[in-house]
Amino acid sequence: MLAKRIIPCFDVAQGRVVKGVRFLDLRDAGDPVELARLYEAEGADELVFLDIKASPEGRRTAVKMVERIADQIFIPFTVGGGIRSVEDMRIMLESGADKVAINTAAVGDPGLIARGAEKFGSQCIVVAIDAKRVAPGRWEVYIYGGEGGGKATGLDAVEWARQAAELGAGELLVTGMDADGTRQGYDIALTRAIAEAVTIPVIASGGAGYPQHMYEAIAEGKADAVLAASIFHYGHFTVRQVKEYLRERGVPVRL
Amino acid sequence: MGAVRVVIVDYGAGNLRSVAKAVAYAGGVPVISQNPHDLWEADAVVMPGVGAAADTMRSLEALGLAQPLRQYILAGRPFLGICMGQQVLFEMSEEGGVHPCLGILKGRVVRLPQGIKVPHMGWNQVHILKSHPALEGIPDGAYFYFVHSYYPQAEEDVVIAEAHYGVDFPAVVARGKLVATQFHPEKSGVLGLRIYENFLRLAADKG
Repeated sequence: MLAKRIIPCFDVAQGRVVKGVRFLDLRDAGDPVELARLYEAEGADELVFLDIKASPEGRRTAVKMVERIADQIFIPFTVGGGIRSVEDMRIMLESGADKVAINTAAVGDPGLIARGAEKFGSQCIVVAIDAKRVAPGRWEVYIYGGEGGGKATGLDAVEWARQAAELGAGELLVTGMDADGTRQGYDIALTRAIAEAVTIPVIASGGAGYPQHMYEAIAEGKADAVLAASIFHYGHFTVRQVKEYLRERGVPVRL
Repeated sequence: MGAVRVVIVDYGAGNLRSVAKAVAYAGGVPVISQNPHDLWEADAVVMPGVGAAADTMRSLEALGLAQPLRQYILAGRPFLGICMGQQVLFEMSEEGGVHPCLGILKGRVVRLPQGIKVPHMGWNQVHILKSHPALEGIPDGAYFYFVHSYYPQAEEDVVIAEAHYGVDFPAVVARGKLVATQFHPEKSGVLGLRIYENFLRLAADKG
């Protein structure tokens, strides 16, 4: 049976992990490769690295980081942040990333999804959607996430998800902005609305505080995978603990 | 055993970095090459693969690799095919119309059934049908990482492990020193690396 995936996410800047991390026993707690290796050993199914300050000047550093990860990590990983063109995608994929995540650039130029999928295959193209609740059962897409709360686009999130899937996205990474950072659980209604609107995998993101939240995102939100950062980075729970919790409740996981 | 020189076939299908690293991790010496002559110098050949069958075959033909690969494999030399590198071993593929493939194994490659999410992407369980050196130390039901939309319907007795996604399909096929996986062992953590180690041991075995 296809396992539900648990995906730790790292925010990186200039090739370093920037969010606080618990691992005092590491030689270098800001080193993405050391952290990635640790999570791989703990049972992470995939990893996501988001370059939160991506800039053209920082490109070489980002590429070096991706190469180092690819050299030492034997599970799939996704790179996002600042990917604006097919050429940007090519650089990251050739450096060893398995998938690229696009967000703001895809909203500005939806054709980028189709061009990327055609060139590299849908399985490489993750469209990240940041969505804020504007009414019951209605969410609006935001772009430029991380910069003062982002910028509203007027796009309906479910409609945009459907369009991204039609254009050839291989997966959707859906972040509920109202839930993000609260540790009160994912935006289940959002996750479910999108998962039911498309036939490609949906990764729930934003709000995980307990393994129970991951269970809810999968069981009620119909997510195929759950992404989380601080729950793992601050040592509240390990990937293994989350998986054991899910398995006890009948969710297929790789343990 | 001495270092096993492993030629990784580069036919322009993207990133070979992880495959090369997995080979090195397993104790082999990876040589990425698209030169047909290198095949005969190799102790073992690994053919990774992403993309479509027709494109793969076209690239192999254009590089003059299709015939040498066929000869190499039919000579019983050690070969590991991965994903598309497994599918092109069969006689034909229905991906994007019917296209002839290398024809080393009997059977055709068809699309996964309707009604499930395609591509089949993620970690799925592999069930062992027959013990084989390539699967040494791999528990029955272990998870491996898959990304594919098509699968081979083998018409000969070469399937040593299968997986289920809408249909039971070959996860690992083997015949002599030919081994091929539908999943990506270089993306499947420690058990995936174990497959590389097993393959290199099989390749080094002079028996």
